[in-house]
Amino acid sequence: MTGAALYAADHVAEGMLYGVLVGAPVPAGRVRGIDADDALAVPGVTYVLTHAEMPKLGVPPVPPASSARVPMLDDEIHYEGEPIAVVLAQSLEAAEYAASLVRPDIESAPFAAHPSGERAGAVIPRESGYLFDAPDAERGDVEGAVAGAQARHTGTYVSPSRHHNPMETSATLAEWRDDTLTLVDATQWSYGVRVVMCALFDLAPEQVRVRSPHTGGAFGCKGTVWPHQIIAAVAARVSGRPVRIALSRAQMYSIIPYQPQMVQTVTLAAADSGRLAAIEHESVNVTSVDDDFVEYATQASRTTYAAPAIRVSQRVQRANINLGTAMRAPVEGAGLWALGSAMNELAAQLRIDPIDLRLANYADVHPFTGQPWSSKKLRECYEQGARAFGWRRRPNEPERDGPWVVGQGMADCAMGTYRFASSAHVRLLADGRAVVQSGTQDIGTGIVTIMTQVACDVLGLKPDQVRCEIGDTELPEAGPTFGSSSTMGVGAAVMNAAKDVLAKLRERSGQELREAPGADALAVAMRAVGAQELVGAGSFTPQDSEYALHTFGAIFVEVGFDPDLGILRLRRAVGRYSVGRIVNPRTARAQIVGGIVWGWGKATMEASRHEERLGRWLSKNLAGVALPVNADIPSDIDVGFIDEVDEHAGPIGGKGIGEIAATGVDAAVADAVFHATGRRIRELPITPDKLV
Amino acid sequence: MIPLTYARATTLDEALDAAHDPGTAVLAGGTELLNWLRLGITDADRVVDISRVPGLDRIEPLPGGGLRIGTLVRLNDVAAHPSVARDWPVLRMAIHKSASAQLRNLATIGANLLQKTRCAYFRSEEPVPCNRRVPGSGCAAREGHDDRHALFGWTDDCIATQPSDPAVALAALDAHVVTRTATGGRRIAVTEFHVLPADGVDRDTVLEPGELVEAIELDAPAPCSAYVKVRERESYEYAIVSAAVALRLRDDGVIDSARIALGSVAMRPWRLAEAERRVVGLAPDDDAVTSAIEAALAQARPVAGSAYKLAIARGAARRALMTAAGVRP
Repeated sequence: MTGAALYAADHVAEGMLYGVLVGAPVPAGRVRGIDADDALAVPGVTYVLTHAEMPKLGVPPVPPASSARVPMLDDEIHYEGEPIAVVLAQSLEAAEYAASLVRPDIESAPFAAHPSGERAGAVIPRESGYLFDAPDAERGDVEGAVAGAQARHTGTYVSPSRHHNPMETSATLAEWRDDTLTLVDATQWSYGVRVVMCALFDLAPEQVRVRSPHTGGAFGCKGTVWPHQIIAAVAARVSGRPVRIALSRAQMYSIIPYQPQMVQTVTLAAADSGRLAAIEHESVNVTSVDDDFVEYATQASRTTYAAPAIRVSQRVQRANINLGTAMRAPVEGAGLWALGSAMNELAAQLRIDPIDLRLANYADVHPFTGQPWSSKKLRECYEQGARAFGWRRRPNEPERDGPWVVGQGMADCAMGTYRFASSAHVRLLADGRAVVQSGTQDIGTGIVTIMTQVACDVLGLKPDQVRCEIGDTELPEAGPTFGSSSTMGVGAAVMNAAKDVLAKLRERSGQELREAPGADALAVAMRAVGAQELVGAGSFTPQDSEYALHTFGAIFVEVGFDPDLGILRLRRAVGRYSVGRIVNPRTARAQIVGGIVWGWGKATMEASRHEERLGRWLSKNLAGVALPVNADIPSDIDVGFIDEVDEHAGPIGGKGIGEIAATGVDAAVADAVFHATGRRIRELPITPDKLV
Repeated sequence: MIPLTYARATTLDEALDAAHDPGTAVLAGGTELLNWLRLGITDADRVVDISRVPGLDRIEPLPGGGLRIGTLVRLNDVAAHPSVARDWPVLRMAIHKSASAQLRNLATIGANLLQKTRCAYFRSEEPVPCNRRVPGSGCAAREGHDDRHALFGWTDDCIATQPSDPAVALAALDAHVVTRTATGGRRIAVTEFHVLPADGVDRDTVLEPGELVEAIELDAPAPCSAYVKVRERESYEYAIVSAAVALRLRDDGVIDSARIALGSVAMRPWRLAEAERRVVGLAPDDDAVTSAIEAALAQARPVAGSAYKLAIARGAARRALMTAAGVRP
């Protein structure tokens, strides 16, 4: 750690102004006017931009825009904290102070509050860019199967809205030169930012450059384009100066997204043997009044167990709040809390071991489409995980250890596999070293390590002989850094580019280079070519496949519950994963352990509370929401990967692992709590107030 | 850019002089004042830094086995002091659970008692109805999210709690706050130091303008003492409920006297006087100890969301008492 990495808010441009957003003080209403006299009187303040001065802008596509509604376009207020003005000043201090002096004249209107854990007001989502899939889907005769089943379980499972809380708050530096726009941005998708800017300002792609050399964590909240990025670009254009906007932690709660609350109802119908006859799954998520963000939690019920009849439905509840988005881990990650909990409850009802219930419903093919899996070694995950944990020796009654009652639980982990087109260049230098280029983003997950490693493998170089350049739309285009997709896409593109440069070198030098020749042999061949540089290009394009791509795993947890104090602590965890080839065991392990810790936080601590009467997030800071700290994490977290190469996923043979470990932990913890206390907690997080 | 002036006091008299001005905020460790300034909790436009005033950072023995801890002694230095470790373990434990190591290296013992409530409404980034933040604006927590709020001593004006861990230990030790003013000073029992909402929400403590905490004084050693802090995570979090207990045991192990204080249940550390009376003569692991604590907690008046804290308070007090007595739970 050198501290030398520059994040978006560390960048300074000549003549730059600091922008501070002013948020709406109420969740609904209208801005009658804005008195900016006091703000403008602060020394150093140059401009206060409101909706009245907003230029006309194009309508961006969703995604990559988070909303088709451009911020500050009119006088309407849709949520508390919604930007209604931006103050520009020559120093951050002046801008912050002046922002506190902006006096909006507001006409309040009645607002719809964030619902609190029930499905009231749920509606079918509207047509929008967020409707990736039909909201309702059915296969087989669910009604008949439920009616005729020997055993049934229905449960409603609630997960709260919670924010991503990356270390780095979102920040953007926008600069216009003539008709070209350059952004230095904290983003997971530089090219997505470019698409939005092109649409807003009617520019060609070559007129927009987005740089993102380092992004300080994201977890989904920097995936699409949010109001501050658009406002920074507009403010820079209007003021004629570069403008940097860095959000405060409070604005990270009220302007950018969060994973919305979900109320999920799952019905399982089964034979006494445990064989499922039907799964019915409804998920209702909170969304804003403007956009219907749909969190496809019910995807879990389409992909996990081999039930002959499956029915799913997605609904939304609209409220005057900012818009939600995907958060590690969305889709199956959100849905497995409900489905995994329901399976564990059914197992208890039928007196079947939760693993045996899962084996009885093992999906050898995709349960909804019937497609074969590209690879799946979930049986090995159960087997190896159970053995490492000692699951089959689990006592029926919980054991005591001093004041602690010890409970154990398990659940499935799963994640869809998302692949995005990516490209890369490998520039071989005269001395045999290489520069690897791809416009991907580093969000702290280690993509530069993977790129280096892949290039080294092909070229036979040592890591210090390879330099990577990323985070710039001037580089070969890469996909977004979300959906656990980068190793598959960028890794494959780098591999192909390295192979390409090697082939070119063989051809041009006329030399018989062996596999992975190494720097010395490469330098000799380069001399034969007589070039200072040779560029190889490579790309990865996901092909439609007859196979269903998915990742799988099993998580086992042991918790301690202190009944006198109501507290819950993680004692140990075992996770086994079937995720294709592991490119870097060390960074993979770090990802997985981090995911389990993330899951523990979701299970037992995290909730962003919304103040229903005030129509705002209650605590817009890290003091208001507990996340696990080092002291919460036992050393005994045992993770492992089933040896596997998924040749259908891509040439690397690996699949995404960034999110799968964050799935299933909640359901496993809830089952461990049941083991320890005899109580089923169906609303996250499982905090002391629910346990005493 | 909040317009602010900064000055450094070099003597206690200089500091006292400055502290008299209501527009002046006194800076000691700085771990809490920065939050207030950023959130607009204080409208001070002048900061006087007392952290370098000589003579206030010493720990000295008092006649009769007591200890005088200067107001500027850093929390970790209090906890690490050999006589605190030996004779007042409850204080050491409370400090160790009070904050991260980094904060404990900066925060001072005197000012720790002056930290303000952690009520999320009070600490909001923009003011919301809160009588402590904006007088007369009401209490949004009263009808809102109130599960971290009071069990005792609240009014409709304020249902918040005092968050200091060391204060709870000091209350169980019958410690005193020694103050200085331009004309003298006084000795205030820690149990009387904080102001309950019924006596006004315009101030947190009985300190007058121009009065500074000079030292904390502990009297007789309390080697049989312990602190239990209950929170959803293991570290770096305020208490849901905490309990400090100091015992005197007879030779046969029976309780001779007990002092039991709860934290995060009121705007001051809350002594369970009835339980203290009832446990005398009991063995620490006697089930009657729980009944005694329950009898004291029967006087609690939880707000709608805080009722669950009663069970945790009972468990925490019981656990602290057993730990103080050296009995394994």
